[in-house]
Amino acid sequence: MLSLDFLDDVRRMNKRQLYYQVLNFGMIVSSALMIWKGLMVVTGSESPIVVVLSGSMEPAFHRGDLLFLTNRIEDPIRVGEIVVFRIEGREIPIVHRVLKIHEKQNGDIKFLTKGDNNAVDDRGLYKRGQHWLEKKDVVGRARGISNGTRES
Amino acid sequence: MDLLVMKEEALYLRRNVEDFTGPRERSDLAFVTFDITADLQSIFDWNVKQLFLYLSAEYSTKNNALNQVVLWDKIILRGDNPRLFLKDMKSKYFFFDDGNGLKGNRNVTLTLSWNVVPNAGLLPLVTGSGHMSVPFPDTYETTKSY
Repeated sequence: MLSLDFLDDVRRMNKRQLYYQVLNFGMIVSSALMIWKGLMVVTGSESPIVVVLSGSMEPAFHRGDLLFLTNRIEDPIRVGEIVVFRIEGREIPIVHRVLKIHEKQNGDIKFLTKGDNNAVDDRGLYKRGQHWLEKKDVVGRARGISNGTRES
Repeated sequence: MDLLVMKEEALYLRRNVEDFTGPRERSDLAFVTFDITADLQSIFDWNVKQLFLYLSAEYSTKNNALNQVVLWDKIILRGDNPRLFLKDMKSKYFFFDDGNGLKGNRNVTLTLSWNVVPNAGLLPLVTGSGHMSVPFPDTYETTKSY
C-alpha cells in the first residue's frame, strides 16, 4: 500500500518538481561520497573507517567496533602502536600491535606484530618463510575507536 | 598525565643462540629481571576503558640504527587496581636482537609506556617519565638459569 501512495505522489508532481527531487537525491548521495573521499585524502588511508572483525585484540577492541585509521607514510612505526597490515596474498587486513622493530639508518624497517588477546606473536600468520613485516605491508594506523554493536 | 614510574633491572645475561622464535640466525638473547612501581590512578578518567601497559627496551646497534623490543605487557582494565608493585619480573617475550648488538651495549634503555584505550575517541600512546639504562656485559653467560 505504501508503494502505491508513493507512486500517486510522483504522478501528482509536474516534470519540474520531479527533476528537482531527483537532483536533491543526487546531492545527498554526492555529499556523502565527498565526505568519504575527503576523509580518505585527509587520513591518507584507503579505508579511513574499518570494522573490527576478530577478537584478537580484546578487551580493547571487540568485534563490531569501529576503528579510525590514518596512513601517513612519514609516521614512524614504533612499538606499542596498533597497525593495520595486509599479508601478501591475503585480502583481509589484520589489526594488531607492534611488538618489535629493527630499523636501519636509511629508514628500512622490519617489525613483528601480535594481537593483545593472542598468546603468541603473528609469525604464524605471516606468509611461509616470512619472519617480519615491512612498511609496504602497512595499510593504516589505528588512531581512534568507537564502540560498535555488541553481539551479546 | 602524571604518574610515578620506576624500574630497576636486577640481572642480565646474554647468549648467542639461534633465534628460535623466527629467523634461524645466531643472535644475542638477553635476560632482564625488573621491578615496576607505578601509580596509574590519574590516567583513568570517565572515558578510559583500559590501559595497555608495556615495558620496552630501546637501543642502537651496528646492524640497526634503532631497535625496540617489548619485554613485557599488561592490560589494566578500568576498575582493576591501578597501583602496580611488581617485583622480580621476568620478561614475557624473548629479548632477541637482530644480530649481536647486545653484547657490551651500554646504551639499552628500558621505558614504560601505555596505550590509552577509550570508550570512544583517540588512542594515544604515552611514554612514562621514568626510564632505566641497562648496560649489558661484554661476555656471554652459559651457566646462569633464568
